[in-house]
This record gives sequence, structure tokens and C-alpha cells, in this order.
Amino acid sequence: MYNLIKDTLISQVVTLWQVMMHMFVKADTVEYPEEMPYMFPRWRGRIILSRDPDGEERCVACNLCAVACPVDCIALQKTEDEEGRWYPEFFRINFSRCIMCGFCEEACPTNAIQLTPDFEMAEYVRQDMVWEKEDLLISGTGKYHDYNFYRVAGKKIGGKDKGEALNEAVPVNVRSLLP
Amino acid sequence: MAKIVIDGVTYDVNPDNNLLQECLSQGLDLPYFCWHPCMGSVGACRQCAVKQYRDADDKEGMLVMACMTPASEGSIISIEDEQAKSLRASVIESLMISHPHDCPVCEEGGECHLQDMTLMSGHNYRRYDKKKVTHNNQYLGPFINHEMNRCITCYRCVRYYDDYAGGTDLSAQASHHHVYFGRHEEGVLESEFSGNLVEVCPTGVFTDKAFSEHYTRKWDLQTAPSICTGCSVGCNITPGERYGTLRRVVNRYNSEVNGYFLCDRGRFGFEYVNNTDRLRDAVKQGGGSSEKLSTEQVATVIDEFKSASTIGFGSPRASNESNFALRCLVGEENFYAGYSDSEHEATQLIVQLAKDKAFNSPSIREIEKADAILILGEDVTNVAPRIALALRQSVRNKARELASASRIPQWQDAAVRELAQHERSPLSILSTYVSRLDDVASDKVIDTLPNLASMAFALANAISDKSPNSTSPADEYKGVIAKIAEQLQKAKRPLIIAGSTSGNLDLIKAAANIARGLNQQRSEPIDLCLLVPEVNSIGMGLLVNADNSLQAGLARLDGGSATRAIVLENDLFRRAPKTVVDNALTKAEKVLVLDQFSTATSDKADYLFPATAFSEHEATYINYEGRAQLSFQVHQCATGAMPSWRWFGEATDIESLINRCTNEAQGFDKLARLLPDKGSFIAGMKIPRQSHRYSGRTAMRANLSVHEPKQPQDDESVMSFSMEGISSQKDASLMASAWAPRWNSNQSISKFQDEVNGELKQAHPGSLLIERDIETSSYFEPSSNAESSENGLHVSLAYQIFGSDELSARSSSIQQRMTDPYIGLSPDDAEAKGFKHGDSVSLGATDSTAIVCIRTSIKPGSVVIYCGNSEINAAELPSQIEISLNEQAEVLRGIKGLIVSDLLEEEY
Amino acid sequence: MTFEVGSGLSIGAILVTVIIVAAMLIWVERRLLSLWQERLGPNRVGYFGLLQVVADMIKIFTKEDWIPPFADKFSFVLAPGIIMGVILLSFSVIPFAPGVGVVDSNIGVLFILAMASLGAYSVMLGGLSSNNKYALLGALRATAQMISYEVFMGISMLGVVALTGSFNLREIVLAQSDGWYVIPQFVGFVIFLIAGIAESHRLPFDIPEAEQEICSGYHTEYSGMKFGMFFVGEYLGLVLIASLITVLFFGGWLGPAFLPPIVWFSIKVFGFIAFFILLRAAVPRPRYDQLMSYGWLFLLPVSLINLLVTGAIILSIQ
Repeated sequence: MYNLIKDTLISQVVTLWQVMMHMFVKADTVEYPEEMPYMFPRWRGRIILSRDPDGEERCVACNLCAVACPVDCIALQKTEDEEGRWYPEFFRINFSRCIMCGFCEEACPTNAIQLTPDFEMAEYVRQDMVWEKEDLLISGTGKYHDYNFYRVAGKKIGGKDKGEALNEAVPVNVRSLLP
Repeated sequence: MAKIVIDGVTYDVNPDNNLLQECLSQGLDLPYFCWHPCMGSVGACRQCAVKQYRDADDKEGMLVMACMTPASEGSIISIEDEQAKSLRASVIESLMISHPHDCPVCEEGGECHLQDMTLMSGHNYRRYDKKKVTHNNQYLGPFINHEMNRCITCYRCVRYYDDYAGGTDLSAQASHHHVYFGRHEEGVLESEFSGNLVEVCPTGVFTDKAFSEHYTRKWDLQTAPSICTGCSVGCNITPGERYGTLRRVVNRYNSEVNGYFLCDRGRFGFEYVNNTDRLRDAVKQGGGSSEKLSTEQVATVIDEFKSASTIGFGSPRASNESNFALRCLVGEENFYAGYSDSEHEATQLIVQLAKDKAFNSPSIREIEKADAILILGEDVTNVAPRIALALRQSVRNKARELASASRIPQWQDAAVRELAQHERSPLSILSTYVSRLDDVASDKVIDTLPNLASMAFALANAISDKSPNSTSPADEYKGVIAKIAEQLQKAKRPLIIAGSTSGNLDLIKAAANIARGLNQQRSEPIDLCLLVPEVNSIGMGLLVNADNSLQAGLARLDGGSATRAIVLENDLFRRAPKTVVDNALTKAEKVLVLDQFSTATSDKADYLFPATAFSEHEATYINYEGRAQLSFQVHQCATGAMPSWRWFGEATDIESLINRCTNEAQGFDKLARLLPDKGSFIAGMKIPRQSHRYSGRTAMRANLSVHEPKQPQDDESVMSFSMEGISSQKDASLMASAWAPRWNSNQSISKFQDEVNGELKQAHPGSLLIERDIETSSYFEPSSNAESSENGLHVSLAYQIFGSDELSARSSSIQQRMTDPYIGLSPDDAEAKGFKHGDSVSLGATDSTAIVCIRTSIKPGSVVIYCGNSEINAAELPSQIEISLNEQAEVLRGIKGLIVSDLLEEEY
Repeated sequence: MTFEVGSGLSIGAILVTVIIVAAMLIWVERRLLSLWQERLGPNRVGYFGLLQVVADMIKIFTKEDWIPPFADKFSFVLAPGIIMGVILLSFSVIPFAPGVGVVDSNIGVLFILAMASLGAYSVMLGGLSSNNKYALLGALRATAQMISYEVFMGISMLGVVALTGSFNLREIVLAQSDGWYVIPQFVGFVIFLIAGIAESHRLPFDIPEAEQEICSGYHTEYSGMKFGMFFVGEYLGLVLIASLITVLFFGGWLGPAFLPPIVWFSIKVFGFIAFFILLRAAVPRPRYDQLMSYGWLFLLPVSLINLLVTGAIILSIQ
């Protein structure tokens, strides 16, 4: 009986009291847009493409963001420069479809695609919600300052020959008899 | 059948196979690298370790490599055993030690056997933090990219390239962890089958260069089962499309036809589909201007052509449906052949022989079983390349025989090769120039075509004296003839290969005589493989009447008894002398040409309608053996092009046209069997052409309009242009692409086979159209030899895998391997006339030029002429020719890229 | 024109006030909820967002008045009218203050119960006529819930009636001048409170329109002003229940003389309204079966015992 009263009555009364006490707590929300809220760095807002510390495009057009995207709003095409570096020929995000889930960022092996704390993306014309690479590409490294995929990968690109990546020995001379 | 126990479950298996193959046949997942269903086991990668127990009481067991252990009766093994699992995990960890961090920039990523196996073995974190071994890459030509860092030394590439495909310029170099797979120096991979390295390599060492230029992940490709249109073999392929362009072609397994491999023409010759110079709109042309036609105007044009004075020219490179629709439009008596007259004669003979009960048209799987082969005048490697690859397997039947005599299992690849050394089944080649199969040939005879024919008749006479003899061959050949006759008679399964491309009818007749002679000595039909050059030569040959040759049709136009002509997907200037075609087309009142590209013929047309390419329509084709196969539409055509049959307005959908063709055309009564049974689909749902991971649907077209259109509908086909429907693994004949859970690479094909190397589950390997109902014992008489004049060189034609096919020659990567037309001369003749290698010469009365190529193997007094991509009109070449130096001729590509084994290169 | 019970002025003032109060409750509820949930709430339209209700009205009046083609038109249109009608009629017997009221009925309590029963028709007809599975489910739940809780509501009121010896609400108020009935009838008060919330299907007993389960229950298909009538009807019900609690257990307009009686009445009513909104902010919704078994297995015996004990005490005192 005591438990019944405690569970049904007392606990409800305590709840009511505690909720009522919130009257004297300062509101968490602010009067946007007069006052801008603080956006946390890991907020999942506008998507950007970042550059590596050397200022080159980070995106290698691997298509993993596109396949991870649950609403299929990313389309891109791989191309490559004369030295073998992969990059997207075009990279398109249809933000009118994007649900800001952040799967693309999770999938990205090169930290190229990142979600930023910018949420003010409304447009009057729907077509303006379609963003191309020129619109997405920023000039900085975004959240991850040091990572450069090609310094780790074994593929040879301009300015980095075989054997010059992280933890790589110089290329084997197959004509050599030395072990 | 033997009973074995795998993880406590009893399975019925074939004791002649190894455990790995049988585990895969049973649908179990067991990782492997070095084993390949076509290449047997060598036990190099140690990845397929399983625990084997002596008997039911044995609790310890021992680790064995499944690929090196026979699936013998009563075996008890465990795949799931902890020890076996941990061994497999550590093996792959060590294989991965130097594997680069490349997956995002690797063309294999997403369909990588190494990725699959790494995941399956449970290795998912790199512990090794020391230096990785690296390698420099090589330039390997326009087809293949080399990225040696990714190698895991499974040796599959050299086992395929050297052992299976007979290549000589790819080898394993250095030792231990420095092992390197490449050429002795940078350069083009010489084998015509190098493209298969892309699929054989379990990771991304060898990748498709042409595909990489417009790379798309496997899951993003829109794919459908299709048929290669490069030659008459009709290999099964899976083309993939993205953003409206065709991206690549990969092999599609067919147990009877191509198995696991394609030739490079088939794999890289598709790019013409994307060319910007494709015809786009139906136009009316004349007086140097062209005017676009509306749909109504097109209908009036077609009505205009519906008269008795209209004749139609078919095409050996167009589908059965388009040829048949044209025949319906103009009437059977007005439907003329679309290939040269000599080919018409040869094809009619081949069709007649295909009805003869004494012979069998062997599929590629049957060719691989032959143990004595005779090739009469055909350059198989350049005319029907996939058959050349099969012949390299059939000469190994001797080795297999020796192995079974020594009780070595067939799958013990290294042991079988070691035992056989250079023992091969006999392969005899009678040819006008040395072919790419010479390294495995037991006997080769190089002479002029008439001499070869008389030799072949003598051979037939040696086998059966009922066969008529012709002018007796030279004495030096007597020994060879007797030897070949004996080999063929002793063989269990002899195979005779001839065909229409040699241009000599006698060789086909002699081949038939030889086969008939052999047939009369044994009960079963003899394999007689008669090659034709183009994808649907047989199909058009079945539709056209024997009297309706090309020149007969042209003569009707010239004579005025026909006033209008329709030319279907054909360039008649390749098929008949220029003046004849010119006169006929000029005399015709109206000419309608349907084609993919503008050609010399289309320039003469009053109306020019664009036709779709092979990947843009559903169609059936008939290959050299009379096997009809259905090719599905892969993607839609963005321009105004339509399948040719649709322009004619004879049918509204492909299915009714196929049914009509089945009912009306003689010899096509089994064609409708190719149509998929709609009742077998779940709830009538279609098969999606797009994979379940297809990405970018809401962004691909967003740059044009953010408002998404409805998914394109395909009302005619059982496949859909979207992800909608059931991707049916059950009905594997409609497998848009091979994929199974945990198997993203092409190795997933074993999940679709009823057993490894078996038929695809519920597959349709095609339907053999031609009924064998003629029983005869009469032999062919040799045709009387034309008097050969003293002066002038005997002409025979040469072919090139890259260039001889009209459409694939328009592909950019194929063009990089093409050469200019050349004339092959023996060193003696060249010296006598004072020609040097690389000189340009005029060819007799024709106004064409060719480059001199001095080849040691050519018989003095004869020349071989490679016509290039119709730069030389083969129909104009006389049987004997005078040549003279031409100083003004311009050289486009030269003949530097020419890969023939007897090339004599001097100061060029 | 004088200001007395039943006078035109009185009736008009009550009607206007009640409807305006009910409408303003939309804003009050949203502001109070945001206060308790540490938000700001509607504060853009007018001072403190006071004109929010005007904005809402403009919106709701200008919306398309949509009748689904599959609905039964007559009862679909009738249903929201019923709920507005019966609840406004219920107000006629409420004694707001001396001289302020519509009628001074001697069967006031019974009239209220009768009107509450009629209210069940509104939701039942609304749900049935919508021809929609969610609406039907909501109507079924609402009907069962209203019929059940009416029983306990009636029984819990009988204690007060017995103490007063009259069904006349004005007499019940006057009888409390010595002490509010909440003290002798505390159990009755609690049961009436719970049953009252259930009758007006306010949270936590908004099971008939539980958005998360059945969309919007019986008014899923309603839009525009017909939806507005359901909506305002709900707030009117809220005011009615608060008024009844004030009248039956908290002495109606009675209070120290430094404020006029109508002000005392309003303060008490608003206190209870605020309490109802607090319930919405704090208490989660029970399951439907829990609600029914709670009513029949707990509230019914307790309310009967309360009535018996009250009766016994009254008899023993006499």
C-alpha cells in the first residue's frame, strides 16, 4: 500500500513540484536572430569540402560519402591530374534533400567532407539549394588540421614519389641481388 | 559422389575436386586468393586453411590448405575451427603488411577480393608499424594500369597471363618480399587477353585504365546482361553506365560461351558508344545541307519506302530484330545481304553445313575439350579471339591425360604442368602468315591460299579416300599431311577450324570433307568450327535468300528495277567495290541509311536515321555456332537515336517483334525461348538495373533542375531503370551484376553457379537455333583453280584484333593499339623489289596505299594485306597484285604498334 | 438593464468572457509550458506575445474548410458543434458570483452530468464520420474513457451534494461559508480532479488524441474552423472543470472581502487551470488499459467508500 501510494501519488507530486521549480531557471533558448546562439564545433550544419594542410583539395572522389548518404543527395565524378592525383571533376550536394545526418563525414576516409556549425541555409529558390564543388570548397582544413591523405597513401602523386609516404621504404630495385 | 563432413554437416561432393572448390560449390564462405576456378590450385597464399580430422574420434585434427587437399570420401573438416580461423587471420595480416593505404584512390575499391577476404578472415586493425615495401609502377599500354604497391603476391597474374593465356612479357621478378610482377621493361602488354588481368588480380595491381579515366564505383553503375558485339563468338558481358555514358565492360560468366574471360577487343572496344560524333537526329540531307525531321515526317518517309521497288540491305553487325524488321518492310525477295559476295557465299555454305548431322558446332567449352586441332586458313586470334584462348587450353589436354595416367588430380596445376613439360595435344595450323598461336602449334604450314586448299583436300583424301583429291600438293607437304591425318584419326575429340574470313571457299569445303571423313570412322559428330567475322553474320545469313547477294542488289539499283534502297547499319563501301556502290546509290531515287555513325554510305543517303548502339537496345544475336543470345538494354539513349527496327514501324515492342520473328522467319523457331519467363518473377516485379547501393539519385540531375523527374520506366523489358524491383539471385540469367553478401568482387560468381565452373542457376546459356536434320555422305569437289599468272603476288587478307572490327575501331583506347594498313612481304620479295620496312606502296589498280611490313614467315611470291579500318577496300583487291612504291602517301599511325611474332624490323 | 442572474447582460458577459478566456488559454498554456521547460515561448506578436491568439485565429479562420470526400458530411459537420454547444450550456448553471450566472437551477449538478454525457456524442460522431482508422480508434477510446470516468465523477460529487442537501450549485457554494468542502471531502476532491481531467481528455489523459500513437485521434481529419471548435471546446472544458472544482470544493466566489467575489472566483479558477497545465508539463501519459483498470478497479471502490463513509457520518451526526 505504501509503495502504491509512493509510486502513484508521491512520485507524481514530486514531479509536479520539480517541474514547477523550473519557473525560476533561466531559459536555455535565446532570441534568435537578435542574439546569436553559440554553435558547437561539432554541430551538423552546412557541408563543406576542405583542403589539406598543403592547400590541395582533400577530396579524392572515392564516392564513399555518396554511397553512405541515406537520401542519395551527393553526386560526384572522379577525374585525375597528370601526376595521378584523384580529385572530383564535379561534386554536387542537393541540400534540398540533405538531412544533415553526417554519415558522409563519417564515411570520408580523407576528412575532406565536413559538417559545419552554419545552419542558416534557407533559400527562396529551390534550385539555389543545389551546391557545386565551387560553392562547397573552402580554403582551410576545417576541423582536422594535420591530416593529409596522400602522405599516408602509397599512390604516387605530384611532389610525392613512391616510398616517400608515411612508413614507406624506398622502392625495391628488382634487378638487385641484395636481400 | 563422395560424402564429406564440414562443420558437422554432411555434403555430397565430387571427389575429383579439391576441398576449397567443393566448399564454394556448396555455398560455404572460405577465403582464398591464389586459387582460380579456371586455373586450379598452387597453394601459394595459405589463405584457405581448414582443420581436417582423421576420423570421428580425432579431436586434435590438423591444419590443411583446402585448395591442396582432395575432397575424398569420408573427409571430416572444419572451416569454423578456432585454430583455422586464427591461422587465416594471421596469414592475411602478413599479406597486408605492405599493402598501401590506397582504398579510396583504388579502382578496385568496393569490388576488391582482398577487401572481402580481409573482412571475412577477421583482420581489421593494422598492428605492423614498420616500413612498407614499395615498388615502382610500369607503363603497360593503353588498357592496363599498374600499381605494384598493392600486390599480395598471389601469383594469379602470371599464372593467368603466362600459363593460361600464353603471354610471354609478364613475369615474376626478384624474390621474397621484393617479388615484382611486371614486364622486363615498360611497354604495351602484348597479349590480346591482357584485360582479364583486371578481373584475375584479387586486388588493385592491374586496373582498367580506360575505366579509370571516368571511374565509377561498381555499385554506381547501371548494368544489365549484354552480349559483346566485337566478333562472332558472342561473349557475355556486363556493361556499366553512369551519367549517361557507358563506363566499362566486364565479363559475365556463361558456362558454354566465354566462361570467365574476354578478349581486349570486347573489354575495351565499347567506347564508341560515348563518341560525340554519333548520329543524333533523323535528318533529310542533300545539296550539302541537312534538315531535321519530325516524327510525322519520319512516318511519311517510311511510308514512301513501302513500295515494291524498295530493296533493303541487311547488316551482319545489326541485331536479328533490325534485320528482320527491314525484311518485313521490303519483303523477303527484296532483302539483300549486307556483306561482301565472297562472304555471302561462304556464310551460305556455313549455314548449310550447320544443318548437317555429321558435324557439331563446338561451343568454347567444347573447344577446350578437343585433343587434336586443325586450323585451316583462319587467323583465330584476330578474328575470334576468345576461341584462340580456348585453343590454348585444349592443347593442354595432353598434359591432363598424362596427369590422370599418373593419378595426379587435374586441379594440381603446378604438378600437372611440371609433369607435362612441353607435351601438348597436336594443333596444326595451315595459314598464309604466322599466327599468334604458333608457340603452341605442333605443325604449321605457310603457303598461298590455293596451295593450302589443295593441301587440305589432300588431307581429307588421306583420311578417307572417298574424299576427292585436287591438284596434288607439293612433295614437301606429304609428310605433314600424313602426320596430321594420323593425329586427327587417333584423337578422341578432333576439332577442325575454318571460316569465311580467309576468303577461300575451298578451305571450308576441305574442312567439311576432313570432318566427314573422320565422322564416317566413328559414330559421334565431329567438331567443325566455322568462323564468321561479325556478331550477327549468321543471323543475317539465315534471313537472306541465297540469290540475294549484295552485288545482286546493287545491280538491281543500277539497272533501275529497284528505285529506293534502305541500308541498315552498314557501310557498303567496305563490302563491295567503290564504283559499284557509288553507281548504284547514285542511280537510286531515294536512299535511307540507318547507322550509329556517318560513313561513306551515309554520305550518299537522302535520309539518315540514327540507330542505337548495342548497350542502348534489347536485341538478339546469333554467334558462329548458331547460338542465339539475348542482350538487354543497359541504359537509355539521350539523343534521338532509336533501335533500327523501331524506325521501320513494324513492331511496337521488342517482345512482339521477337515472337513475330520466331513465327515468320525460317530457322528462328527457337528464338522466343530466349525471352525470360515473366511468370517466374516475384509478384511480377522487375529486375533492377541499379544496385541496391546505387548513389546520387537525388543529385545526379539536380544541376539541370532541382525538381526530380519520375524514374524512367521500361515498359518493354523485365528490367527496370532504377533500384526498384527484386534483384533476383534466384534467376541468375537476369543478374544485373554479380554480387552476393560478403562477396563484392567478381568472385561472387561462384554464388550463382550450381557448382564451381557449372551453369549459372536457372541460367539461359542461349539457344542453338539451327536444327541438324540433313544426313548426307557426299563430299565437296574442289573448285577448279583459276589460272595463276606468272607476274603478280598472291594476295591474302590479314586481320588485326584492334582495327578490323568497324565499331570497336572507333574506341579511343583501341585506336591507340591500331596500326595503319600494311602489306606483309617476305624478305626475299622485298629485297627483289627493293622495298624497305615502313615504305608506303600503292596496291595495283586500286588507289589505296599500304605500309610495307617485312615478315619472315610469309611465303615468297605472296603477300598478306591488312586493310585497316576500311582504309583499303578488300572487295577491290584482286587475287594477284602488282605493287609499286608510293612516295607521297601520308602515314597516320604507322605500324609501330604491330604485334606479330615474325616481324622483321630493320631501320624503321 | 440590471446585472442579475439570468439577465441578458449577465448572459452576454458570461458568454463573451468564457470564450475569450478559453481562446486566451492557448497563449497562456504555451507561455506557461515554455516557462516550465526553460524556453521563451511565443513572444513576438504583441506585448509578451499576447496577440498570438489573434494570429492563430486569423490563421484558423482563413484555412481551407476541408471535408474529406470519404466522410459522412452531416455528422462530420455536426460533431464539433455539439462539443461547443454542450460545454457552453454547462456554463449556464455555474454560479460565478452573487448575481452573476445564467440560471439558478435546482438540478445544477445533474444538468452538468447530463451535458457531460452528451459531450461523448461529439467525439464519437467526429471519429466515426471521419471514416479514418486513427479517428475511429480515437473515438472508441474517447467514448469508453468518457463514459467510464463520468461514473466516478458523478459519485465523487454526491458527497458534496449529501453534505449540502441540494443539487443547486449556488446553494453548494453558500453552504461552504463555514469551511470549504475540500477538507471533509478531500477524497472526493481528488477523484473529481482525476475524473475531470479524464472527462476533458487533457494530458496526461489525452489518450483519445495521443499524437504519438494515433495521429490526432478523433479529430485527425478536421481542419480549419471545425478543428478550431474542437480545440476551443477542449479549453472550454478545461475552464468548466476548473470552475466546477472551485464551486464544489473551494467555496466558489467566497473569500475575504477586500476583493470582489468574481475576482476570488477567477483567481481560484486560474489556479486550477495553471495546475492542469503543470500536469501537462510534468506527467507522462498512461497506457489506455492502465487508465481503464485504474478507473474501474481503484477509483470506483474508493469513490463508493467515500460516499458510504460520508453518508454514515451525516447519518450519525443527525
